[in-house]
Amino acid sequence: MELLRDWLFDYTLRNVALGSALLGVVSGALGCFAVLRRQGLLGDVLAHAALPGICIAYLLTNAKTPIVLLLGAAAAGWVAALLMMQIVRHTRIGEDGALGIVLSTFFAFGIVLLTFITKRGDADHSGLDAFLFGQAAALVEEDVVTMAVLGGFALLAVALFYKEFKLLAFDAPFAASLGFDTNALGVLLTSLIVIAVVIGLQTVGVVLMAALLVGPAVAARQWTSRLSAMIVLSALFGALAGLIGTLISVSDESLPTGPMIILSLTGIVLLSLCLAPERGLVWDAMRRALQRRMIKAED
Amino acid sequence: MSASVVMILTGVLVATACALPGVFLVLRRMAMMADAISHAILPGIVAGYFLAQGPSLPAGFAGASLAAIVTVALVEALQHTRRVGGESAIGIVFPAMFALGVLLVSKYFANVHLDTDAVLYGNIEFAAFDVWLVNDLNLGPRSLWVMGALCVINLLFVGLCFKELKLATFDPGLAAALGFSPVLIHYALMAVVSVTTVGAFTAVGAILVVAFMIAPAAAAYLLTDDLGRMIALAIGIGAASALSGWFVALALDASVAGAMATMSGLFFLLALFFSPSHGLVARARRLRRQRLRLALENLVVHLLNHEHQVSEAHEAEIAHLSSELRWSPRFARWIVAIAKRDQLVQQANGYLSLTAAGRDLARQAAASRDREG
Repeated sequence: MELLRDWLFDYTLRNVALGSALLGVVSGALGCFAVLRRQGLLGDVLAHAALPGICIAYLLTNAKTPIVLLLGAAAAGWVAALLMMQIVRHTRIGEDGALGIVLSTFFAFGIVLLTFITKRGDADHSGLDAFLFGQAAALVEEDVVTMAVLGGFALLAVALFYKEFKLLAFDAPFAASLGFDTNALGVLLTSLIVIAVVIGLQTVGVVLMAALLVGPAVAARQWTSRLSAMIVLSALFGALAGLIGTLISVSDESLPTGPMIILSLTGIVLLSLCLAPERGLVWDAMRRALQRRMIKAED
Repeated sequence: MSASVVMILTGVLVATACALPGVFLVLRRMAMMADAISHAILPGIVAGYFLAQGPSLPAGFAGASLAAIVTVALVEALQHTRRVGGESAIGIVFPAMFALGVLLVSKYFANVHLDTDAVLYGNIEFAAFDVWLVNDLNLGPRSLWVMGALCVINLLFVGLCFKELKLATFDPGLAAALGFSPVLIHYALMAVVSVTTVGAFTAVGAILVVAFMIAPAAAAYLLTDDLGRMIALAIGIGAASALSGWFVALALDASVAGAMATMSGLFFLLALFFSPSHGLVARARRLRRQRLRLALENLVVHLLNHEHQVSEAHEAEIAHLSSELRWSPRFARWIVAIAKRDQLVQQANGYLSLTAAGRDLARQAAASRDREG
């Protein structure tokens, strides 16, 4: 009962819970397409690559307004995705090599800029390193509103291009043969994932963002084989992980929010893998044990 | 030894130790496994810190190696269920391990030495001050001992198993048929990657170690087709990144490890664009040359086909060429200009005719096209 009262009336808690749940919904929905296109680690790369963008945006404007920093992050994420595509398409370096290079060297450049800004003696720099591990507890109403607007835009785009994205995820050559510009659709989808990543950076930080795109989608996939149901479930799982993580970290001051969200999400993934009807590993093991017994009985 | 020399030497040793397994990670398309391992060892390091009641090298190594083994096993177990794609399995396991590590750090070591930011980008700046004392005898900076030992271990591993690694990387089927277990080689490589990552962790952190492993090796992959040369080049590029990165860091007063890793990215970018064999510029030029040659051949073959026909005059008009060969007018004018410069065709009264050289080229091209069917 006390918890419920806190929920409704505590300003900070409401912002953190709302922000985390929102992030879960957006990254859960978009993560489905990333996972189905076997680009699960794209979010990881975009999150790391955003760091230099954030720092450059700050250096150029000297402002810490969320929208300016997020624009910088989006621009850097875009450049990273483009570079990655060029490496994969035109050289013999594999996709994983391209991911690894772009992720680590963009991040390294971001660290150079971050330490440069810190040592320049700016009293006002403190907000930037929050992006490394995220600072869900510091979310204010302005942040939540920004997240809601950007996330709402991304979800709307998914709804508008649902059929095209579906085709792209399951049979890209067929989509191309029907006359869809698969390149443009891929770029659009990547841009939407950039939005999800960018709103996630403030909450869970660079490293843990990868899990928020992959986890809900993988969990949802176990329960259904329909894309529409998978997206809805994935968004729900994302939101659930956000809420559970927030509540746990509120109950104990020393537990950081971002990691708690990810660990809750991991729990949901494991439960889904084991217990989902039909695909659950537990049922699989039971079926096999039953068969073994039947074969023995026949012998 | 001055602090700067220790930093540069540490950087060079990290680059060398990382480049050796890095080459095989790039060739075997397992680069992201390095990323997963480097993040996932955090809880192991924290557990080692906890058990040894403070920073202890053996405890840290043991904990981190255990965590790395758990990570590799978990990723493979998840992939084995066939419920999760390969890259998704990585994306689930390593953030969970990392989150566990951050949780342990902030729960139990909130005010202790384990700084969470340093987990990501290391503390090479303090390399000179962390000395190894044995019975009050100062043996010099610990980072040099650790990374030097890792360099020796990795050199021995690659040197002694060179044939096996090469075979298992380029032809795993043949390797298995000849009796080398590709699985064994795989786990040996994973072990080397883990131990190297743990050693480099204090100096360059969880994310930059990935840059040291992958970027120089990938740059070398674009420069040569010979495995031995690729390894040497990767080490050279890594060392050059460490050296030049230190100067960049000095100039900007920024993170040394970050600058070193950034330089390795810059070297990769240079190789990506300007490698004579696999670079984007060389590739674009090669494509352009092929396109030009094909167009010239098309032009002379077309003229040859219509030589001494009634329609010859009409077929040889430049305007007609662009519709017949489906060229844009601009492209047609450009090709004709080059053909004239190379004295393959000549122009009289507004239409084109073949020179002797042009006729030879056309016959050759037509013959080789007939052969290829």
